[in-house]
Amino acid sequence: MKGLKALAAVALLSLTAAAPAKAQTPLTEGIQIGLSTDAVSITAGFSGADLTIFGSLENPDPLVARQGRYDVIVVLEGPPKPVVVRRKDRVLGVWVNLDSETFENVPVSYSVATTRPLQDITEPNSYKQLSLGASNLYMQPADAGDSPATIEEFTAALRERKAAAGLYSENVGGVQFLSQNLFRATVRLAPNVPVGTHKARAFLFKSGLFIKESSAQLEIRKSGFEQSIFRVAHDYSFLYGVFAISLAMVTGWLGRLVFRKD
Amino acid sequence: MGIYLPIAEISVNVFVLLAMGAAVGFLSGMFGVGGGFLITPLLIFYNIPPAIAVATGANQVIASSVSGVLSHMKRGTLDFKLGSVLLAGGVVGSTGGIYVFGLLRRLGQLDLFISLLYVVLLGTVGGLMLVESINALRATRSGAAPVLKKSGQHNWIHRLPLKMRFRASKLFVSVIPVLGLGAGIGFLSSIMGVGGGFIMVPALIYLLKVPTNVVIGTSLFQIIFTSAYTTLVHATTNQTVDVMLAFLLMAGGVAGAQYGAKAGQRLRGEQLRALLALLVLAVAIRLATDLFVTPPNLYSLSGVGLN
Repeated sequence: MKGLKALAAVALLSLTAAAPAKAQTPLTEGIQIGLSTDAVSITAGFSGADLTIFGSLENPDPLVARQGRYDVIVVLEGPPKPVVVRRKDRVLGVWVNLDSETFENVPVSYSVATTRPLQDITEPNSYKQLSLGASNLYMQPADAGDSPATIEEFTAALRERKAAAGLYSENVGGVQFLSQNLFRATVRLAPNVPVGTHKARAFLFKSGLFIKESSAQLEIRKSGFEQSIFRVAHDYSFLYGVFAISLAMVTGWLGRLVFRKD
Repeated sequence: MGIYLPIAEISVNVFVLLAMGAAVGFLSGMFGVGGGFLITPLLIFYNIPPAIAVATGANQVIASSVSGVLSHMKRGTLDFKLGSVLLAGGVVGSTGGIYVFGLLRRLGQLDLFISLLYVVLLGTVGGLMLVESINALRATRSGAAPVLKKSGQHNWIHRLPLKMRFRASKLFVSVIPVLGLGAGIGFLSSIMGVGGGFIMVPALIYLLKVPTNVVIGTSLFQIIFTSAYTTLVHATTNQTVDVMLAFLLMAGGVAGAQYGAKAGQRLRGEQLRALLALLVLAVAIRLATDLFVTPPNLYSLSGVGLN
């Protein structure tokens, strides 16, 4: 009975699809995500937050949906930046930064939300092909001539440090289906989330096969008094320096006036 | 009460910083030093990134030096000419120091270099002061008259060419060691975030034979400008000056300094020097242990270029 219903549904779908397009092409599933805003402002006291992203499946197969064989992975990826990873070694008893490896285009942050644990959704190989998940991100070394073992060691250290700083995170079960089509993803924004253009990407899997990807952009800005200071220090650094000196001189002079003891 | 430091990009406790400023201000008032050599390591212990601790330390030193110089100007214990020559050397040394600072930062060796410089300098100065003050304490206890160096004694420094007369200091000396001393202090000021008073004062007294009463005012005078220059260059090239942090330290510092000066009058010179020496040595030992203890994380990340 169940099977018959599913068949009917498929037939109906292919009928509607056949009309405008070529025959025999069943409607493929798609995925869409929407952000309620294209910019998020965080204040100086920001201590991390959860960002909710809503999305929907297009043309889901009701049978697959009911069996829970659709999986969604949502990633919020920070702006790419070059990073230097350094390793301390002991030289004459003192810990010194000795070896280093520079990587280009490392996403500053990378938060993942998934319907199920990553290993249950699809095979490691397809994650690698999609460059999906913090452990599958390809980190491009600036000096490709280094030995693969060294590059591997520093790549692992880079991921570990990023995870320890809360910048690379994974939220298993962070994607929930609200209905057959609608899902909600919760990704973690670390307290030290970098400012800039972040990219939200959603990946749809059906029975372990990658179907489609959709993305949206999100601007993260910092706001408030402290942020104005930061901006002035970087944009008008000379004036900022003059201000810092004047402030110190005035404070010293006032301190003498207020607290003088001679 | 937490406050977010805009440049250091971390949240800190306002009262800890005010207390830190007041404590260092108290000590600097008591011992007549700028206190930069205590502020910068304390900030590093409080998890402020070393690059920011150094640049902000230089900024904070201006405030304490200004209030010190004002009182020396009133008493007339300041040699402007000597201060200006020291300053000329200071600007050159400071420029070199900022360049080395940026270079070490790019190489990832800045933190190590700052710690090493602190350990070596504080260890040496603290050790010498401790020995000297213990000898003085022993001498006074046994009743012997303290041995003072005769001002007429000359050393190799006084045989150098290009002599110049400094009236307020009653000095006729070559400008080469004065410029050199200024440059050395400028270099340290930009790399360590210190005014350099703890090196400048003994160097002026023992090497150049400047009368002790003129030394502190003159040293503070030149420190204002060297650290102002250092602050400006750090602000423009490295963007590492945190005004919020500097202001909290200054506010605590200027208040603490006055009470420290009062407390200092009750202690004898040798006792003061012995205490200061112990303090300096304690900071040096604390920094030295950090160099040898296995760090919790061998790997560290840093951006390419700035921050």
